[in-house]
Amino acid sequence: MTIQMFFQHLANAISLGGIYALIAIGYTMVYGILNLINFAHGDIFTFSMYFAFYAVTLFLFPWWASFIFAIVLTTLLGATIERVAYRPLRKANAPKISALITAIGVSFFLQNFAIVVFGGRAKSFNPQLGVYPTQFAQVLKFRDVRIPLLTFIIIGASILALLILIWIVYRTKAGMAMRAVSKDVTAAKLMGINTDKTISQTFMLGSALAAVGGILWAMKYPQIYPYTGMIPGLKAFIAAVVGGIGSIPGAMLGGFILGVAEIMIVAFLPALAGYRDAIAYIILIVILLVKPNGLLGVEIGEKV
Amino acid sequence: MEKTLTFKTKFFLTILFILVIFLLLLTANNKASDYLILILNLMAINIIFAVSLTFINGITGIFSLGHVGFIAIGAYVSSILTLSPAQKEISFLIKPLIYPLNVIQIPFLPAIIIAGLVAAAFGYLVAAPSLRLIGDYLAIATLGLGEVVRVIANNTWAVTNGALGLKSIPQYSNLWWTWGFALITVVFISSLVKSSYGRALKAIREDPVAAKSMGINVFSHQVVTFVIGSFFAGVGGALWAHLITTIDPKSFMFQKTFEILIMVVIGGLGSISGAIMGASLYTVGLEFLRVLEEPISIGSIYIPGIPGMRMVVLSLILIIIMLFWRRGIMGRNEITWDGIYELITKLKNKIVMRKDE
Repeated sequence: MTIQMFFQHLANAISLGGIYALIAIGYTMVYGILNLINFAHGDIFTFSMYFAFYAVTLFLFPWWASFIFAIVLTTLLGATIERVAYRPLRKANAPKISALITAIGVSFFLQNFAIVVFGGRAKSFNPQLGVYPTQFAQVLKFRDVRIPLLTFIIIGASILALLILIWIVYRTKAGMAMRAVSKDVTAAKLMGINTDKTISQTFMLGSALAAVGGILWAMKYPQIYPYTGMIPGLKAFIAAVVGGIGSIPGAMLGGFILGVAEIMIVAFLPALAGYRDAIAYIILIVILLVKPNGLLGVEIGEKV
Repeated sequence: MEKTLTFKTKFFLTILFILVIFLLLLTANNKASDYLILILNLMAINIIFAVSLTFINGITGIFSLGHVGFIAIGAYVSSILTLSPAQKEISFLIKPLIYPLNVIQIPFLPAIIIAGLVAAAFGYLVAAPSLRLIGDYLAIATLGLGEVVRVIANNTWAVTNGALGLKSIPQYSNLWWTWGFALITVVFISSLVKSSYGRALKAIREDPVAAKSMGINVFSHQVVTFVIGSFFAGVGGALWAHLITTIDPKSFMFQKTFEILIMVVIGGLGSISGAIMGASLYTVGLEFLRVLEEPISIGSIYIPGIPGMRMVVLSLILIIIMLFWRRGIMGRNEITWDGIYELITKLKNKIVMRKDE
């Protein structure tokens, strides 16, 4: 392993980690507020790719407009799911397990709906279609290190999205409401916060981040099929748990750890390449055993 | 307290019930079409899956999403053990099967038992670390373990034949094997649930901390539950492999766990009779929903079939059940002879009262 190769892998690892971080934040925000693993989040991620793809191929939008279109539609999708599936359960004070099963049902529904509407065949999302400018695919050379421009765009876009998110959560009124609701729903309600609205906003924000991640993912791995989001979705959830679920910095940290671990382990030990998908789970189990609340998680005692 | 049936009567009724099932199966075996027999076989296997999952999830309250992992282990173990050495040599193209697996061939019954035991052993291995987690963490960890099994199956070419999977597995599963094992599963698990051990499990489900303070060793109870559940999942997996005759890692995607969870939820999470009904309804319903995927022509109107529509409807059903009918068919109740007896007496009393009026 030369130093050049190391940097090459590192750039790759960071861009993958950035995408995981974007999806992980969606999970962690919803979990922080509702204590619910939103299993459908990975499928929301898939849908954002389809939206972008059809905006370009069917509606012939320019690439930047189709990306915005995809982000808006995905945000609406997230809000709709919350409104239709999760809010009625919350209103009925359903046990947590029902909410979890509903989330699995929603995920199952979205996957199969995608098969019915978009077809089971993989769609290709490449610059030749005019999906994004061919210049993005150009390779930059730093001495002997050759890194595609796309990698930098992915890293840049993820960081930008994360900064916007941090601004929203920590500097705006809506963000303050979100933090209040995640601390204590009842108390937030008593303080005059419209919790339904806040929860809906959280879903929208999480879905928008998933959409950014989805589009970047589709540019990096230009294949879209109905199950695309499942594995990255699960890994992002693992990233959220590793970082300490409910914590936004934790989700970012977890995302980057997972991205780096996955790329680096495969790069250094090519024999393990086939086991790539298992790495995340092994990290998860090890972290949970050592630190059950994740790296940046808060200790929650057993309630008696 | 109303008058209930004596143990002797109940025992007699159970034997009678089993005899009726036996006769029905005998008729089906001789008269029914291959398609119907296949569905009946699948129904029994799904019953095994659903009952073993509800034992873990519904009765003990360990929300495990890794069931498919144990099913996969059972399916692989018994397939490899029963395939003939010649067949193995043909199938394992990329890497030959390791010794001694490549020369062994054993009969079906021991293969099923070994499949169950290997799955149980794996269940024990994963239970010990993952049961230290609670709630959602446990769900996601077990989900991950199920996926790890699949990834390993996809990569250990010298044992599982990797992505190519195993073909021409002898089709040993028939109505006697599948329903026989379904019966054993149901009888074993329901008697366990009825015992003091089962009451401890239910106590753990309701409140682990309170159960602990009553002197129940929560951890060891949960481990045993997990191991028993894994054993039956492995047995079911073995029967499944010998029914469909081809398996590969793609047969054991997370969706399989979804499906079993749907069966359990339809029946009512925490009820064994519910799980049986859920599994039966699911298996039959899935066949009826095939209509949605076939082209329909009504007069001059032609509606082309939509592939995948079945699963859309199914997932909608799951969501609707969760939103409006969370108890499922049975809730946490069971059908018992006492219950049926009570129902009959109630009905009888009503009729008698009507006559009196």
